[in-house]
Amino acid sequence: MPVSATNSKVIYDALKGCGIRLMSALPETWLVHLIRLADEDAEMILVRLAKEEEGVGISAGAHFAGVKSAMLMQNHGFLAAVNGIVSFGQLYKIPLLMLISYRGTFGERDAWQTQGGNVTEPLLRALSVPYLFLDAPQSVAKRVQQAQTLAESSLQPVALLLTRDLMWEE
Amino acid sequence: MQRIECLRSVYSQLEGCLVVTIMGAVAAELQSLGHRPNFFYLQHAMGLASSTGLGLALCLPEQKVVVLDGDGSLLMNLGSLSTLARYRPKNLLHVVFDNESLVSVGGFPTATAAGADLEAIARGAGVPFAVTVRSVQDFTVAVTGAIHGRELATIVAKVEATGPKTYATDLTLLENRFQFRRHITSLKRQ
Repeated sequence: MPVSATNSKVIYDALKGCGIRLMSALPETWLVHLIRLADEDAEMILVRLAKEEEGVGISAGAHFAGVKSAMLMQNHGFLAAVNGIVSFGQLYKIPLLMLISYRGTFGERDAWQTQGGNVTEPLLRALSVPYLFLDAPQSVAKRVQQAQTLAESSLQPVALLLTRDLMWEE
Repeated sequence: MQRIECLRSVYSQLEGCLVVTIMGAVAAELQSLGHRPNFFYLQHAMGLASSTGLGLALCLPEQKVVVLDGDGSLLMNLGSLSTLARYRPKNLLHVVFDNESLVSVGGFPTATAAGADLEAIARGAGVPFAVTVRSVQDFTVAVTGAIHGRELATIVAKVEATGPKTYATDLTLLENRFQFRRHITSLKRQ
């Protein structure tokens, strides 16, 4: 499976580097290494979800407890979590750091992913969720730090879109 | 059994816990008994009170966390029971007030009115202690045991489909949210 283990490690180290101590996740192909790294790390609380929206509540609970968290999801998981993002994350000003694998864009072979790819950025803009791309290993650490900083200072959900260029080696 | 009588019977025991409630009648009735800084009322995002309690419980393992849920909210996020059971934090008590109705929005019957059994669903999901209670006395005994116990518990309390006269309070959402977090910060300094 050509998911980049090297770049997954770069992302994981960046998350650890800015103090993330809890991750919620629902598996998808591009996220397998990230989830494995969290699972093998005794310093990380990994919460495997049934549905991505649960992660909003879990991250809110972590924030109240003073613990920095991140949410790992596919863009279809982001679609499934929208009510929680709006009616908890935004309504209650909760810092949410959402790492969203950006499936269904240029290069996508899986037909079933393609519709979600079309609506991901328009939806982020409609929700006024600030977002950045993670597309090259050399800028990952800086952008993860910037996203986490903005989430904490603005007390709102922010998104990092994990792109094919970074996650897929083919 | 009236929900407010249940809440009244355990109110004093909630003082040492972190309490997360759902919206509507549960939030309004708990507030009517007296707001405390350790109470957080999730006035929207139906279904996520139990997830919030899980996040708190996992991050603060020495702190008892009580979620006051409802049948309508839990039915919106049944998967949460399987996630709770998967991590089964010993410091989490999940109370579900089941009035078989969406009482805050006009009283439409939920699936529990047609036989869905939340205790059985919780047990089937793997929650180690699940019980249904139908009297205030049984509720008090079950909640007292769970607050002092060291096991994830789901207590389903069958209550009447009645609510308070008003749901409005003078506590704003953000005031409640920031006060709750500040309260937890002060606990960690002790």
